[in-house]
Formats: sequence, structure tokens, C-alpha cells
Amino acid sequence: MTTVAAKPVTKPVTKPATMAQALGRALRDSMAEDPSVHVLGEDVGALGGVFRVTDGLTKEFGEERCTDTPLAEAGILGTAVGMAMYGLRPVVEMQFDAFAYPAFEQLISHVARMRNRTRGAMPMPITVRVPYGGGIGGVEHHSDSSEAYYMATPGLHVVTPATVADAYGLLRASIASDDPVVFLEPKRLYWSKADWNPAAPTAVEPIGRAVVRRTGRSATLITYGPSVPVCMEAAEAARAEGWDLEVVDLRSLVPFDDETVAASVRRTGRAVVVHESGGFGGPGGEIAARITERCFHHLEAPVLRVAGFDIPYPPPMLEKHHLPGVDRILDAVARLQWEAES
Amino acid sequence: MTVMEQRGAYRPTPPPAWQPRTDPAPLLPDAEPYRVLGTDAAQKADPGLLRRLYAELVRGRRYNTQATALTKQGRLAVYPSSTGQEACEVAAAFALEERDWLFPSYRDTLAAVARGLDPVSALTLLRGDWHTGYDPREARIAPLSTPLATQLPHAVGLAHAARLKGDDVVALAMVGDGGTSEGDFHEALNFAAVWQAPVVFLVQNNGFAISVPLAKQTAAPSLAHKAVGYGMPGRLVDGNDAAAMHEVLSEAVARARAGGGPTLVEAVTYRMEAHTNADDATRYRPDAEVTAWRDHDPILLLERELTERGLLDDDLKRQAGDDAEAMAADLRGRMNQDPQLDPMDLFTHVYAEQTSQLREQAAQLRAELEVASEEAEEEAR
Ligand SMILES: Cc1ncc(C[n+]2csc(CCOP(=O)(O)OP(=O)(O)O)c2C)c(N)n1
Repeated sequence: MTTVAAKPVTKPVTKPATMAQALGRALRDSMAEDPSVHVLGEDVGALGGVFRVTDGLTKEFGEERCTDTPLAEAGILGTAVGMAMYGLRPVVEMQFDAFAYPAFEQLISHVARMRNRTRGAMPMPITVRVPYGGGIGGVEHHSDSSEAYYMATPGLHVVTPATVADAYGLLRASIASDDPVVFLEPKRLYWSKADWNPAAPTAVEPIGRAVVRRTGRSATLITYGPSVPVCMEAAEAARAEGWDLEVVDLRSLVPFDDETVAASVRRTGRAVVVHESGGFGGPGGEIAARITERCFHHLEAPVLRVAGFDIPYPPPMLEKHHLPGVDRILDAVARLQWEAES
Repeated sequence: MTVMEQRGAYRPTPPPAWQPRTDPAPLLPDAEPYRVLGTDAAQKADPGLLRRLYAELVRGRRYNTQATALTKQGRLAVYPSSTGQEACEVAAAFALEERDWLFPSYRDTLAAVARGLDPVSALTLLRGDWHTGYDPREARIAPLSTPLATQLPHAVGLAHAARLKGDDVVALAMVGDGGTSEGDFHEALNFAAVWQAPVVFLVQNNGFAISVPLAKQTAAPSLAHKAVGYGMPGRLVDGNDAAAMHEVLSEAVARARAGGGPTLVEAVTYRMEAHTNADDATRYRPDAEVTAWRDHDPILLLERELTERGLLDDDLKRQAGDDAEAMAADLRGRMNQDPQLDPMDLFTHVYAEQTSQLREQAAQLRAELEVASEEAEEEAR
């Protein structure tokens, strides 16, 4: 897997950048470096995508490299399969999470298994960018978290950034990957800002490594994407209660970084998995099981999950009750039998 | 004022960029399927080509009967026979240059074989030893697609990519009548027309989608009519007429290669066998219908034409028959060998690099295999 090396720059100029800008920059740099990278999707051209991530790409690279397609998700991903067969590296934009569903057939029946069914002869270096998750007051079908469906499909990588730097680095790594990547963009973090120097792009680790965002001794919060900032906030708030929480940002759901997660849980002895998507049949169940299998003798308490409710994504006026927030996380932390620690 | 008049008054002016592509009239298919054999047009057909088509049809028929026999012997898990449809299969292969690509469905192994693919490699999907028995890039044949119509957008994407690279490559994609009802069929045709991609869509209308007749699949006058709505020409052809199929497909391929965009070809044909060996065709169609189609058999039609023009000599007949038998014997022989499979291969081609999860699972299977082989050794002692 490709590592995008940091170029030595004399004077790094860091200034505030949004996650959407970093994603756009990753697309631009990938296209400039590799002429086989093509972007396609609905409204990705003149408009620059409904989230402006592809802003300016058609102007710079032409309509052949950044293409407004007809409105048809299966068609978009299906033609991307053919393009990949002919040696291109398509980056497909799905406009919103729930609108990727018409393309599931292509994703699951062809994209994910083409390498396998052709015994390695036909890799599918396709990146499927999916804006996902809630918290932006979207109407129905604009806030789903579908990562469990993708995770359950062998042959796909599933990654999701939580920071501006990771948005850039992970997207570069995804586009460079010879395997298909479902790249989940937490849309509520599109406008989150960080000091970031686009001229000295972040060094990127291969897909599949989690990172400890905050070290702590009392318990580990395991999370990803839009829930990372929430967990960071929860960890700050927990200090007042005397709890010193560690936060692990998975960054990649497939492959899963068992090592980083297990090492953290072995240190802290307690774990809470936090995500927006529903808990039943959700990613948290898989993660909790993996932790239990690897860290049973180190665990001081059962692994807990803080997830969205098992309901269709609620209307915007009610979504705050659905999304795991700081309080719900702290409640879970409180349920980790703290008496045992002292 | 009537509602319609009111509507007229409010009809918005289309934006300046909006222009209907063409007068739909030239896009419309003929009322009757186009035929060559038995008509005056046959006089113009190249005798050499007709003889080559004949030999390939005979070989194709034998391939179908042999593969069907292999299902009865348990050597193939399933075989969707294209008996009766050989003219479509062979013409599809013959219309393409070596650099072009074929996108077959599960029923189109014969087209792949007629293109030159090793008959055994073409059958691995149906045999069960691996999903695709060839390198699609080397063969320029996409994997046989089981989910209906999903291979059609792939053909569009590949043809589009080839054109972007400046290669004059054409993609020919095959689908059944039932497959035309799928969303992917619609999306592929629309993409192809909008992008003017060099693609030929070949619909083999063999009367049924498993048990469901065409009348329950569509209300259109013909499947070829569907082309007009996307802005591409539709051609209706007698799918049992190898010469007509060859002519129409070659024309469509040439048009695509010259930058003229996609064509939808509907071949009217008939599936002589059941859907697969697992199907009971007597439940949904009368024997009389099948019998009637025997008079319109693709080999018979071509044989009549060749005989009438004195082109079918004993040499050709014997040669074609011998070639077909040799192919069948070779196929039989090689299919009767048990494939040697390494279970550890299960993990080799899931990702470019094995994930840690797969490495763990591979270790588990390796251990299980070791135990099993130790047990087998002990038993042998
Ligand atoms: C998406 C999808 N749905 C259902 C099936 C099951 N199926 C296999 S073949 C078939 C009928 C297809 O009929 P048609 O497209 O006319 O092709 P034919 O078998 O006649 O060549 C069906 C329903 C499938 N393979 N793919």
C-alpha cells in the first residue's frame, strides 16, 4: 500500500482549512500525479459537488477527468467498474449516504469480488466516496450510517477520517490503493477546521491503522468518524469525574487494527465503543467481540456500546436524541464499575 | 380555457443547450426482424464467411450438447444451454476484432469459446472450481455475469475509458430479454448514449426469462424499440439467421468504432432447451411451440442456403463435424479430470495484501488441514 511521503518544504505555511478542502486537495493532488485517476458522479463538475469537495477539478482537468454523469448510482459505479477494467482509477462520488443504495448491487456483486473471481487478474482500484452520518439537520435519506453493510462485504476496504489531516491522507491512500475503498466522509465534519498546510501534505500511513487520539488510564473509548470529536469532548468532561479516558480513532474499519485496540484495552482494562449507526448488528458488536476475544483476562468490565438507536434515522428535530452525545458516553463510562479500580 | 391550453401557455422555454439529438425515425427498428438467409440479400453474402459461420455453428451446437451431457454426469454443477441460439453467440464473437471486448452473461459461454477462449476455462464458473477460469484482460472477455444486466454498465465504462485513451476499441455486451427489465439495463443504455460510447448491446430475446414469457416482461412493441428513448438506433434481427446477425452486429461495431455511438440489437430467437438442467420447461410452454422452432433452427437455415448455392460440399460437412467431435472429446477428457484445488487459495485474492483478519483465518484453516491430513495418514496405516 502506498505511503504518501511528506515533501520537505522550507517554510510550512499552516492556515485553517476545512475537511472538505482537504478532501478536494487530495483529489486534486491525486489527479495531478496520476493521469489514470478520474472523478465521476452527480454534480461533481461545474457545481463542485453538493459539498464542494470536487470544486475546480473540471476546470483544471477537463470534463473527461471530472465528469458529471447522468443521475444513476448503479450506472455511475457500474461504468467505473468498466473504466477500472481498462486501467483507470475511478473515484466515484455518491451524493448522500442513502443514495448509494441503488449502487449496492454493483458494489457487492462486482466491485468487491472482481479481484477474487478473476484470481487476482482484475483488481478494482475504485474509491467510492460516501458522505455519511447525521447531525446536519438533513431530511430523510440524508443522514444514514451504512458502514455495517460495507464492513460485511469481503473485498472492500472501509475507511473514515475524523480530522482534516486524515481526510487528506486517507483519501490519497485510498485512491492509491489497488483495492476498492469505501471512503466514508462524516458530513458533519466537512466544515470542521484545523491548521493544515496543503503545501506540505501530511505523511500518510497505510490504510488499516488506528491512532490513539488521547492517552488515558481509566478506560478506552473506541470510535471513528463523526463520533471522534464527541468522544474527545467526553474525555475532557470525564476529567472532572476523575476518569482519565483514552480515545482510539479507528480510521479504518476494514482492515481492523486489532493491535492498537487490544493494546489500549489491555492498558486500561475497560472499553466503550461509540458510533452513530444502530447498535444491533452494528459495527460495535463486532468490535466488542474482537476485544473480548483478545483481552478477556484484562477486562475489568464488559465492553459496552454507545450507539444510535435501532430506528430509521429520525427527522432533524429529533436527531439529537438519537445521536450518541457526551452525556450518553459518560453514562456508559460510569457503568464500567469504577469501584473496582481503587 | 381548457387545462391543456393553460398548460401550453405555461410551458417553459427549454434552455438553449437543450437540443433533441436526432429525428427519432432513423432510430426506430424495422417492423419485422431483419433476415438475410433465404432472401435476395443472401446473394451478397461472402461465401467464405458463410462457410466459416456454418463450421462454427456446428461446433457450437456440439459444445452445447457436450456441456449439457457433462451436467448429467455431475461434472458441471449447471449449464444454461444456448442450443438454438448459436447464431447469436457465434455472430457476437465474429463481429469483434481482437482488441475489442466481450461482456457475456452466464448463458454466453459459447460466444466466449467462439472468440477463441479455451472451452474448459470458459466453464469453470459452471463447474464450480473457480468463478472465472481466465484472465479477462488477456482474453478481452469480462467474467460471465450471473447478476442480470449488471455487466452492461461495465461495457459502457470500458468502452468509454478506451476512447478516452485514444484506442478504437468496441465493447459488445450480451443480455437476455428478462435482463432488459433490470435498472442496470436502462442505466447502461442511457450512459452509453449520453457519452456516445462505442458499445453494442445485444439482447437475445429467446422468449422466456426462466418461465416468464416476453409479454409479461415488457409492453413495448419490441425490445429494439427501447433504443429510441435513449437516442440510439434499435435493430430487430432474426437471431437464428447467422448471416443477418453477423451483418447487423458488424455494422453496429463499425459504427461504434467510427464514433457513431451505441446500438441496441434485439435478436429474436428461441431457447430450445430448458433454462438450465435444473428447470422443467414443460410447466410453462407447450412442446408444439418448441417443435415449431425446430424448422427455424440456425444450423438448418444456413445449411439450406449453402446447399442451394452449392457451397455445402461433403468436405465442409465432414470437416465441421470432425472439428466439433474433436473439441467435444477434448472437453470431455479434460472435464473428467478432477481439478486440483488448494484450499489455502481461498485467502489469496481477496485483497492485494492480506488483512490481519484474513491472515488469522488462513492460519486457522492451515491448522485444520494439517490435522485432517494427519488423521487421513493414520487411517491409511
Ligand atoms: C439480478 C438477478 N435477478 C434474478 C436472477 C435469477 N435468474 C437467473 S436467469 C433468470 C432469467 C433471465 O432471463 P433472460 O434475461 O431472458 O435470459 P435467458 O436466461 O433467457 O438467457 C433469472 C430470473 C439473476 N441471475 N440476477
